[in-house]
Amino acid sequence: MDILVCIKQVPDTKDVRLDPKTNTMAREGVESIMNPFDRHALEEAVRIKEAHGGTVTALSMGPPQAEAVLREAIACGADDGVLVSDRAFAGADTWATSYTLAKAAASLGSFDLMLCGKQAIDGDTAQVGPGLASQLKIPYITCVQKVREIENGFMQVERMMDDGYDVVRLPLPALLTVVKDINEPRVPSLKGKMRAKKADIRCCSAADIMADENCIGLAGSPTQVVKVFTPPPRGDRTVFSGTLEEQVMQLVQQLKTYL
Amino acid sequence: MDYFISEEQQMIVETAREIANEKIIPRRVELDEKNEFPTSILQDMAKADLFGIFIPEQYGGFGGGCFEIVLALEELARGCVGVATSYAASALGIFPVLIAGSDEMKEKYLPSIASGEKWAAFGLTEANAGSDASGVQTTAVLDGDEWVLNGTKQWITNGGESQIYTIVALTDPSKGPRGASMFVVEDGDPGFSYGKKEDKMGIRASATRELIMKDCRIPEDRLIGRKGTGFITVMKTLDVSRPGIASLGIGLAQAALDEAVVYAKQRVQFGKPIISFQAIQHMLADMAIQLEAGRALVYSAARHIDGNPKNMSKASSMCKVFATDMAMKVTTDAVQVLGGYGYMKEYPVEKMMRDAKILQIYEGTNQIQRNVIGQELNKEYAS
Repeated sequence: MDILVCIKQVPDTKDVRLDPKTNTMAREGVESIMNPFDRHALEEAVRIKEAHGGTVTALSMGPPQAEAVLREAIACGADDGVLVSDRAFAGADTWATSYTLAKAAASLGSFDLMLCGKQAIDGDTAQVGPGLASQLKIPYITCVQKVREIENGFMQVERMMDDGYDVVRLPLPALLTVVKDINEPRVPSLKGKMRAKKADIRCCSAADIMADENCIGLAGSPTQVVKVFTPPPRGDRTVFSGTLEEQVMQLVQQLKTYL
Repeated sequence: MDYFISEEQQMIVETAREIANEKIIPRRVELDEKNEFPTSILQDMAKADLFGIFIPEQYGGFGGGCFEIVLALEELARGCVGVATSYAASALGIFPVLIAGSDEMKEKYLPSIASGEKWAAFGLTEANAGSDASGVQTTAVLDGDEWVLNGTKQWITNGGESQIYTIVALTDPSKGPRGASMFVVEDGDPGFSYGKKEDKMGIRASATRELIMKDCRIPEDRLIGRKGTGFITVMKTLDVSRPGIASLGIGLAQAALDEAVVYAKQRVQFGKPIISFQAIQHMLADMAIQLEAGRALVYSAARHIDGNPKNMSKASSMCKVFATDMAMKVTTDAVQVLGGYGYMKEYPVEKMMRDAKILQIYEGTNQIQRNVIGQELNKEYAS
């Protein structure tokens, strides 16, 4: 099984702020991490490799510093890391991103399975996984909570639903997006960290993956974000203090003012 | 404080810290309450390669020594001393093979220890052999090409959980300590079984159990080193392992100090956070001073031991005494800083204080350590 895992570097959610002037996410001084859902996709890929043999390649599209998450992926068990990075990719929406990742995947050879996190915690669209599968014309299942079996070119998985799950059988090659319930990611190993430190992370430009310049970046994006804003805070809140009796009295007084 | 550790050593620290934060801390309360052995956490440590840090590279390890173990244990103990003890006890259990085993024996056992596939345990203590290790009554008699072991080991950490046991037994009871030898006994050997599992005050995630050998038959080549060298191997083993216990004290005290400072900044009394009161500040300052002094001593002793000096007992015992007495004091003071909340199981310092006590007792009580230091001083000043 040769597996491709798509990984995105995202700002740590503990500290997300929007710049009120530019309406974009304030990235300065915010730590970057591997998208948490992608960590689960990577862990599942490594487990499948451990059980069935094969290779795991981690692929990321992003600025040069996204190389860090690919090294982390190698520390966690991936064999290779490939970064697609080009100024021409800037401003890509989910369609252009899916197109770019599909071109990159095609340029890397053929894969039996592709795994993505359900969504990235910055954009939260959950569109790139299905978009990538559609570009590559392979079947996909979203929100996978368990891989049941892989046999004779087919796999059987559980797709998480609001009330229970579906059991789905699909032919390979295929793409899955995974939820956090699928596994508990391992701590990167010492051997992995040492390998990651020395690893060559291949960097591909738009030309390297033979991407059509009209399909990438802002130019290739059918959707554009018109405005990003922080929703106005909800109405005033008052927290009463004192003994329970005092708090109840204060509440009653407050309610009376509305009558 | 910067202790100038290498890049590889920093990786060990980070890996152990990730294990503590992601795998140990979320489960430590449950493991303590249920008296539950942390099997899956040890498996996580194995996947992260932590069991191989002190095993030579030729056997699949990283070729580190005492200092690498100290660094890992400090971080693990910050999460839970019970879990960290299970890891430390496996290292203790395999040291006799590392120190005195033949090449064939090392080839047989070390790779599976390095990969974390198997764990070890050390069997010295008996009902009548505690601080006085010469009171061992377990015997080993050669019968044809097999050793036959008889006796009961008590309070063996990882008992019933490990696959490899290093056991002290008398091969010539008439010679006393000089008649002791060490053997490898494996889980499943005929005549080898597990007895009572202890219910302890602290380190409740660790397993403490009796090992029972009743006409336990093992192949002749399970003898570690030469016949009659058992006590020398025990002493060498403990010299190398004690800084590990000391580092459990360092990690534990660090965790307690962290809790105490965070609490003191949040807790408001008399209209101010209690950290603004000098009484609290001085307590926290003393905790921090003692902790850092302990850390510096443990690191120095571990590095000294890794230089393989002729005599390492004094350094080993000194760091064990200082760091573990310090951990008892710092965890007790942390409970004091948290006051009534500190006494409640809702806050982690209550468990930390319970866990601290064993550090002054196991792997040689702190009184025995002082004996060792005193005897070494007596030798040094002879002439």
